[in-house]
Amino acid sequence: MRKLSLLKRKEPLSDTQLLMTITIGIFFVMYILAMILLGGGFLHAQQLFDMLNDNASLIIVSCGLTIVMIGGGIDISVGAVTSLTVMSCALYLNSGGSLIASMLIAIGIGLAFGLVQGFLISYLEIQPFIVTLAGMFFARGMTTILSVNPQKANHKAFAALREKKIKIDALGYRAKNGNLVPGTIEIGVVVAIVCVILVFLLLKNIRLGRNIYAMGGNQQSALMLGINVKRTRFMSYLISGLLSGVAGYVFLMHTGAGNATNAAGMEMNAIASAIIGGTLLTGGVGNVIGTFFGTLSLTTIKKIVVSSGLNAPWWQSITTGGMLCFFILLQSVVLGRRAKKKKT
Amino acid sequence: MKKNGRKLSFAGLGQLTIPLIAIALLVVFNLIRDPGFFSIGISHNNNGNAVLSGNIISIINGASELAVLAMGMTLVTAACGGQDISVGAAAAIAGSVFVKVLKAGASITAGTVILAFLCSCLVAMIFGMFNGTLVAVFRIQPMIATLILYTCGRSVAYWINGGATPTVSSPIVTGIGSFIPGIPIPTPVIIVAVTAILFKLLFRFTALGLFTQSVGINGSAARLNGINEKFIKLLSFVILGVCVSIAGCIGVSRLGLINHETLLIDIEMDTILAVAIGGNNLGGGKFKLSGSIIGAYVIQMLTITLYAMKVSSTDVKAYKAVVIILLVVIGSPVIKERFAGWAARLRGRSKKVSVKGAEE
Repeated sequence: MRKLSLLKRKEPLSDTQLLMTITIGIFFVMYILAMILLGGGFLHAQQLFDMLNDNASLIIVSCGLTIVMIGGGIDISVGAVTSLTVMSCALYLNSGGSLIASMLIAIGIGLAFGLVQGFLISYLEIQPFIVTLAGMFFARGMTTILSVNPQKANHKAFAALREKKIKIDALGYRAKNGNLVPGTIEIGVVVAIVCVILVFLLLKNIRLGRNIYAMGGNQQSALMLGINVKRTRFMSYLISGLLSGVAGYVFLMHTGAGNATNAAGMEMNAIASAIIGGTLLTGGVGNVIGTFFGTLSLTTIKKIVVSSGLNAPWWQSITTGGMLCFFILLQSVVLGRRAKKKKT
Repeated sequence: MKKNGRKLSFAGLGQLTIPLIAIALLVVFNLIRDPGFFSIGISHNNNGNAVLSGNIISIINGASELAVLAMGMTLVTAACGGQDISVGAAAAIAGSVFVKVLKAGASITAGTVILAFLCSCLVAMIFGMFNGTLVAVFRIQPMIATLILYTCGRSVAYWINGGATPTVSSPIVTGIGSFIPGIPIPTPVIIVAVTAILFKLLFRFTALGLFTQSVGINGSAARLNGINEKFIKLLSFVILGVCVSIAGCIGVSRLGLINHETLLIDIEMDTILAVAIGGNNLGGGKFKLSGSIIGAYVIQMLTITLYAMKVSSTDVKAYKAVVIILLVVIGSPVIKERFAGWAARLRGRSKKVSVKGAEE
């Protein structure tokens, strides 16, 4: 294994690494430019922490989606499953359940969706788009059936858990009245980063992860190599479902309430994050670290729009669309050039 | 994947089997539930016109936008092997342009309505061309390419409206959205029929259908045979643009106002579903327009049925999902093979029995 990685290092960057490097580079350039030109909040570490705090669940969901996309599939039910998890857990906590059980419920809902969708897609060979679309409809419908009204989670142990935050004085800043506001990181961020690392290790070092890359790259040859394609695909959807459930719990920890419109459009944000991070929908190419920076880039551009005074409600999504367009074109051009070079 | 010409006992209809079975099941279910469900009556609307009314009319009328979009989406799916997820957002833009042009004139006449429609058509075609260029020239997967417009389309519509939800009130616009005086059939239904006939003529008198299929089945092979692959892909997106603008204008005329957030919301998913239920392969290649149209009516019928069963509009999605899953499971290749296997075994057993009987 070590020999292989040594051999690889001598070769030029693979497509995956190249796209990831571009994303990380652009993220840092964008952030530093914002620091220089806009200053203000961007000079505080708290700005970065806020971005992580607000998007912890999106990062987790994007990790799961990255796995599925590397395997050549698509899962658009993730946002809806997250929303359903938030609502179910909020209702359960309000009915006086225990903290541990609510976590188990979150994981259980995620696993159940992953299980059913994975089975339908890999063993019954139904198109993943349709299955996960139905999953999305089902989860959204179930959320409104559970409750149309917002549900605030009134639970002592849960409130205590929500209050637990990591505070770093060194990275804080002085407020206008002279008080020190310490840098605050929520527990959800820790969960998200653990998820990123676990998924990174899974894709890099575990046989299942390598099989997912092989399956996404070329399904026929993966089959010829003796990889159990069906089981690999099943597992990729199962992990994605599980992570959606975890993301739901993190979302609840962040907002503290269940709402029927929670995580609306999250699936598309997650897909955008994965794409900006260099994952190709065709499969076989992608990296979860890239996805992590993809989410951050997406958030940074939104923050930049807000702080540069473009306050009209439409600018955020228009610039997001523009940035997405830029990244997609960049990837297409870069990969196209590489393919030409390889040929000559 | 290999497609062998295995014929099930009822598979004479080919890919239309599943949508037709679905319609038949829904009809039977509704007849059992409420025998009067499909009765058609004649009522008088506010303007005093005699118009057709009844559940079946509202199903056919309500599915108009979906049916128009499904036709365009079928072409894109067949040519590019992917779907356009920006149709709802693009329809919002087209609707906004429609209203903007109508509002610009002093009074709304038939001429301005046609002009407004042409303008919205043009804008939708330009956006279609944008998507098409990304897909055909830059070789980006359609879903990713159209994700851009999906993300920002409704905001662009909002921007066109200048941050408001303007209304239009004119007998002509109302006529497009509901009934033209003297004609008992809802106008959207007529528009769908005209669109379908135009598509039929297009396929009858040009080789577009054949070219689209060959590009979808194998792009490079089609190119080597002298078909301009990029142009066909681009054309499919431009045609979808026209469909989007038709759907957007119907949607606006129905309500008499443009709301960028709610106009044809989530229709992209329903459209793709209609294409899939119609038995078209979402991976491109062979296609059947009639399948997609029937698919659109299946979805609308399902929705109306659920409404009739007093399911609230927000909860409909969950029930819809269950039915969709059942449909696709029945239609999945694995299940079909299993069934074929069972059928063959049953037939074999019965033969053996008869042979044994003869021996005895």
